[in-house]
Amino acid sequence: MRNRQATSTLFELSRPGRRAARLPACDVPVQPLADLLPARLLAAAPPDLPELFEGDVVRHFTNLSTENMSVDTHFYPLGSCTMKYNPKRNERLASLPGFVDVHPYQPVSTMQGLLQLLYELQGLLAEISGLDAVSLQPAAGAHGELAALMVAAAYFRDRGEQRTEVLIPDSAHGTNPASAVMAGFKAVTVKSTPEGFVDLADLRSKLSPATAVFMITNPNTLGMFDGQIAEIARWVHDAGGLIYLDGANMNAILGIARPGDFGADMMHFNPHKTFSGPHGGGGPGAGPIAVRDRLAPYLPAPVVGLAADKYFLDADRPKSIGRVRSFFGNTGVLVRAYAYIRTHGPAGLRRVSETAVLNANYLLSRVQQLLPVPQGPRCMHEFVASASAVKAERGITATDIAKRLLDYGFHPPTIYFPLTVREAMMIEPTETESKETLDAFAAALAQILGEPADEVRAAPASTPISRPDEVRAAREPVLASPSSTGA
Amino acid sequence: MSASRDPNQLKYAKTHEWVALDEGIATVGISAFAVEALTDLVYMELPEVGRQLAAGEAFGEIESVKAVSDLYSPVSGEVIAVNEDLAAHLERLNSDPYGAGWIVRIRVNADEKLAGLMDRKAYEKQCAEAEH
Repeated sequence: MRNRQATSTLFELSRPGRRAARLPACDVPVQPLADLLPARLLAAAPPDLPELFEGDVVRHFTNLSTENMSVDTHFYPLGSCTMKYNPKRNERLASLPGFVDVHPYQPVSTMQGLLQLLYELQGLLAEISGLDAVSLQPAAGAHGELAALMVAAAYFRDRGEQRTEVLIPDSAHGTNPASAVMAGFKAVTVKSTPEGFVDLADLRSKLSPATAVFMITNPNTLGMFDGQIAEIARWVHDAGGLIYLDGANMNAILGIARPGDFGADMMHFNPHKTFSGPHGGGGPGAGPIAVRDRLAPYLPAPVVGLAADKYFLDADRPKSIGRVRSFFGNTGVLVRAYAYIRTHGPAGLRRVSETAVLNANYLLSRVQQLLPVPQGPRCMHEFVASASAVKAERGITATDIAKRLLDYGFHPPTIYFPLTVREAMMIEPTETESKETLDAFAAALAQILGEPADEVRAAPASTPISRPDEVRAAREPVLASPSSTGA
Repeated sequence: MSASRDPNQLKYAKTHEWVALDEGIATVGISAFAVEALTDLVYMELPEVGRQLAAGEAFGEIESVKAVSDLYSPVSGEVIAVNEDLAAHLERLNSDPYGAGWIVRIRVNADEKLAGLMDRKAYEKQCAEAEH
């Protein structure tokens, strides 16, 4: 019972003269715009905005929202993204007037509550990471990577060391090499073993006096904890380098292992993954970073400080790399992270990770009866199955299975990542899913693999758009609606 | 000039580039196996003519709907020709990877020993192992 009319574009729905509200005639003298603004600021004509009745707009967006999948509507096992259910109490707390109605330019004495929360969050993240100092400024995980690598660059510069290389395993998120290059380093790839761990011989051959940082995701993108990390950290530290931990997979180790304890010198958190902030759509993200004492002077300024019972913005940090984000970062998602951490407490956060790992292992045990899981029968919070054999035998790819899952009411897992596994399907159930949901997902997967190949390749049949032409979209992008007359 | 070559006569790099050597000139492309693994191709970045390449050095990029991958030079030498039309006709990599899908021609350095290149049989073995 889809309302297809309402989901046409707003430009198509527009009719001249249609309005959401009609204001009474102005009862004070009207000043011509040209008298109020200089000519250079005036457009030749009003912008070409759609003209609509309020109900058209509400129906348009409400109907559009039902054509998508979200953690509020569907199981969403998107590996590496930790699509856990986001408790609604966090939304209520984040919308308290003391958080949403403050202006960044008002005196700090009038927003002590918000600053206290940010100060305490810095402390909580330091404790969870096992590191010493925190910046809440970065606006996303990749931004955190960049900020931390800039901190590392400033640290080495200050010490007069010429270190130009960042070493990154081939299973890493693509953001790692991108951040390294953006921060002025050369990205050097380190191979993985067939089991997905860092190839120690390859790492050893690439460590040199030019090594600045070794970036590692641990647990890695195959959902395996690399137990060589202490040895790796010793080698990298002996070579004079730093260890960066990509915190994308922190959901597996909260309260169990602290990156600072296993050798990391810097890391970022993804509050939208680990601490239940909404992903995209729900507002801007955050990528707070934590670092060791000796890197703290270089953190972005200001940080939130406390002196004589007053919270303040500490901008007096001469070695700082400066601001990486306006004001205090994206506080909305930080408030949600704080609420999540405090409502769980230390024991609760540990239970979050234990349950996330248990759920993933349970689902792995079901899925491996259907598709091979090259890494073996155990995982941390996620695992990577391969559709390679099904593709070779029946011509059904990871994409086909993913598309067909949509018809069964499941958001697909991440596919074709990590690049080290062919026809990869990266499945992360998170701790918030019940056994019934995991069983239903495994049953759907079993059913799909029993269907005729043609049927799977034609999926999805139930979505408003079946298979967009991704190749054409990438090669000949159309970035403006043809129905928009706007220039 | 771009007649399809017999894949059995070519040499292959671990990173899936093929090489046809003729009087010190190496014609380089990517194997049908690589094209198939990349899935739908959307974009390609090619090197400038005249560029000096070391063996194993990245000389370009190929982007599919899945991922961006580097193209690596299987030999050391100077780029003397680039298949300029290819970027606008990526389907040639699917239809004729060993002919019209050639990517660059490289004048191979005199001291190049072609170390690490495989014959077709060894390359097929590597691909079969990657499948499972």
